[in-house]
Amino acid sequence: MKLELRGITKTFGSFVANDAIDLVVQPGEIHSLLGENGAGKSTLMNVLYGLYRPDGGQIVIDDDPVSFADPGDAMAAGIGMVHQHFMLVPVFTVAENLVLGHEPTRRGLLDIGAARTLVREISARFGFELDPDALVEDLPVGAQQRVEIIKALSHRAEVLVLDEPTAVLTPHETDELMAIMRQLRDEGTSIVFITHKLREVKAVSDRITVIRRGKVVGEADPSADQAELASLMVGRQVSLAQDKAEAEPGEVALEVTDLRVTDAAGTRVLDGVSFDVRHGEVLGIAGVQGNGQTELSEALLGLEENVHGSARLEGRELVGLSTKQVLDAGVGFVPEDRTHDALIADFSVAENLVLDQHDRPPFGSALAMRLRAIRDNAARLIPEFDIRTGSSAAAVSTLSGGNQQKVVMARALNRELALLIASQPTRGVDVGSIEFLHRRILDERDKGTPVVIVSTELDEVTQLADRIAVMYRGTILGIVPGDEDRDVLGLMMAGYTAEAAREAVASGARTTDSQLADEGDIA
Amino acid sequence: MSTAPVVVADDSAVERALDDTRPASWWHLPATTTVLGLLALVFFGLRGIPGVESVYVLARESDLNPLGIIPESVTLPSKGGAVAFSLLALALSAALWVLQARVARPRARLRVTLVVVFALAWILAFMTWVISQRTLDVTTLLQGTIVLAVPLAFGALSGVLSERAGVINIAIEGQLLFGAFGAALIGSLTGSVWIGLLAAPLMALIMGALLALFAVGYHVQQIIVGVVLNVLAIGVTSFFFGTVMRENPSQFNAAMRLPTLRLPVLADLPVIGRVLFDQNILVYLMWIIVAGLTVALFRTRWGLRVRAVGEHPKAADTVGIAVNLTRWKNVLLGSAVAGLGGATLTIGTGVAFGEEMSAGKGYIALAAMILGRYHPVGALLAALTFAFADSLQLRLGTMTASEGGVSIPGDFLLMLPYIVALFAVAGVVGRVRVPAADGQPYIKQ
Repeated sequence: MKLELRGITKTFGSFVANDAIDLVVQPGEIHSLLGENGAGKSTLMNVLYGLYRPDGGQIVIDDDPVSFADPGDAMAAGIGMVHQHFMLVPVFTVAENLVLGHEPTRRGLLDIGAARTLVREISARFGFELDPDALVEDLPVGAQQRVEIIKALSHRAEVLVLDEPTAVLTPHETDELMAIMRQLRDEGTSIVFITHKLREVKAVSDRITVIRRGKVVGEADPSADQAELASLMVGRQVSLAQDKAEAEPGEVALEVTDLRVTDAAGTRVLDGVSFDVRHGEVLGIAGVQGNGQTELSEALLGLEENVHGSARLEGRELVGLSTKQVLDAGVGFVPEDRTHDALIADFSVAENLVLDQHDRPPFGSALAMRLRAIRDNAARLIPEFDIRTGSSAAAVSTLSGGNQQKVVMARALNRELALLIASQPTRGVDVGSIEFLHRRILDERDKGTPVVIVSTELDEVTQLADRIAVMYRGTILGIVPGDEDRDVLGLMMAGYTAEAAREAVASGARTTDSQLADEGDIA
Repeated sequence: MSTAPVVVADDSAVERALDDTRPASWWHLPATTTVLGLLALVFFGLRGIPGVESVYVLARESDLNPLGIIPESVTLPSKGGAVAFSLLALALSAALWVLQARVARPRARLRVTLVVVFALAWILAFMTWVISQRTLDVTTLLQGTIVLAVPLAFGALSGVLSERAGVINIAIEGQLLFGAFGAALIGSLTGSVWIGLLAAPLMALIMGALLALFAVGYHVQQIIVGVVLNVLAIGVTSFFFGTVMRENPSQFNAAMRLPTLRLPVLADLPVIGRVLFDQNILVYLMWIIVAGLTVALFRTRWGLRVRAVGEHPKAADTVGIAVNLTRWKNVLLGSAVAGLGGATLTIGTGVAFGEEMSAGKGYIALAAMILGRYHPVGALLAALTFAFADSLQLRLGTMTASEGGVSIPGDFLLMLPYIVALFAVAGVVGRVRVPAADGQPYIKQ
């Protein structure tokens, strides 16, 4: 099946997400769609899948123009999609999720037996071991993604769209996914692979289309130079590696001992975590999303209930303190979810810049806020952090994601810190802003502040951290030096201890990723 | 360039380590039951009237009761009986202490069983005390329970239907009221109680359609729509009641009653016979709908889709399920079911329509739905619990007004069902899993 998008345009209000995009996907090829966060890749695919209605342009399949009113039409036309945010019902079983929408029935009732058989059949083709009766919410993220894949395939998809599929995977799981993609291609399925990761594109694509700010800015061959792809994607020259001065660690500042967090269901979401952080060093917390990182940072901030164990900052116990007391102790915090936990969308930039200090000097007292001090503060921080906004009185929701993140970072760094905890400090931020935010974090470290960086992006952790702790299912599997081999880190993210991972790598367990690096192909 | 993956994918479900420490609130439940048990022991038992008896009537002479297996009545010494039941309740509290104090997480089922048995013992202690020197007909009490449970159960099922699809249904109260109004009005106009029965769900559909129109069609905040609709229902029905119905009650608002369908033989069984098999059609319909809805929600294609829409509407949309259409249908279906519950209030009990006669039953039904964990059977059990409190209140109201024995102020008794609802719902809060998309409108770009 040959798929063609001609002049697809999609606007949200005054924002043009897709501007006359043309794309041709030939039968049996892996076609990568490369672009930064917010470039319009996902919007384009949601148009293709009938989730958004395009404002212009047409979709052509095998030279016949088609139009999709809803995803049902797209599915019927042979288009399958694995969404970045999984389209699975968490409380349903694997079998129920697989057959939802085209359920087999027997005598008027659901035929779950047939659904189970379907799961087993398709799983067997790819060597998956999915239990048809497991609840999706109990499955690890990688397995949930495999459920999404077999779901798309069960609809006899001839074009499979994978939207940022590697964001939730360990490097080795990414390799497995690529093997599956190649197998599918060889069986004749076309694949549209959406990503912003250059090395993945180079490893698996047959052809590459680069999108920037809603427009196609070029086509490239997988043999293209990585720097060339990067500049095409970003629109200017970028230095991908941060040159980082050697850390000069001082005394131990934060000492976490046997920290445990229990959720409402009685599950240990954080299970006996111990580490320490010294003055002037960055401890990176790596791991696939959902392995206890959120609970760890929130427990330190006093945002979790049922916390046991100890976390001492300069000898002072943080466990049991209220969030306000923790902030007063000098802890700067960047929450992982900026829109939900860090900003109040309708408040102005100036107000968001003092959210954590609005009730204390110099910005206010228990009774009133000092509006002049708040304005002056904004007038100082906006140029310093290069926050692109029309005015400090504009609602923070009018800013782009990258600029919103700068607001959060500026707020966290805007005082003398005893400790900085930053979760996903650059999530959804463009490459230019990433460089800047990383620089600021390293500056803070060089001032002597102990820094904890929580990130699911291995690149980010390796660039910033002086030491790396890898989390897996609520525990820390090991703390390794910041220049540890990426393959070792990848295996640790999949549950290996540091020693086991090093042994496996020594005996040849390499990923495509690191092989490319060896060939000198990756910066 | 490619190599075989080195990690074999582990697709099995993640089993997290369970906490091996007690939660900080472990003592709340046993402490509460112990205090309640002690109160029962002191007030119902030790401070009871000595030397008098409490009589529970179980069977009648006409019942099918071979060899008198079920005794006609059970007589307990009021004080001794209440003390015994209180001590039983305290023993169960002690068991709860042991269960909760264990480091390992107690099994939920065992805990629920203990709490239910505790509640029974406590209620028996209370009743034994309150009927000192008097006689309580258990069959009448239970028969009243079923009758009172019907509107609550239908209301709760209406909630289950729409909330499982993701629409919050606060408008149950208005749907009940419209059902009661429609049954009385149309029944009187046509002179047929059966046409009245048919009219009740149709009339309630108006409420359902309005809820769906604003909540699903126009994405209005669903709780606000529901509350406004309830007020609207009171206004509309009170207007017609005050004008048309009051002017000419025989034509527009006659007291009619659905006939009682007595199943031969079964209805003669002692205790449960008249409770289960000597009722009107609405009661039988309630059992059928609960069973049917349970199968439909959890065993059919329709049910899977409805639950998908309530849990993850976008996922449902991506596999071609029409989310908003499903919600429309379910809200309408739910309102029709609630309309049947409304019919119980008028033609089901043989009274004419009265202003605001639903009297908060819709909200109690909402509580029953939550207590029943959005499951039809659970909703029914919760409705029966609340109805039992109501039925007991009615029995005791007439009883304690007479001379002698224990006397409880009538106003206090009227509060009983609501206190039960409050405690029951508070006890499960946090443990009920609400459909994930409940209350969130689905808007396509």
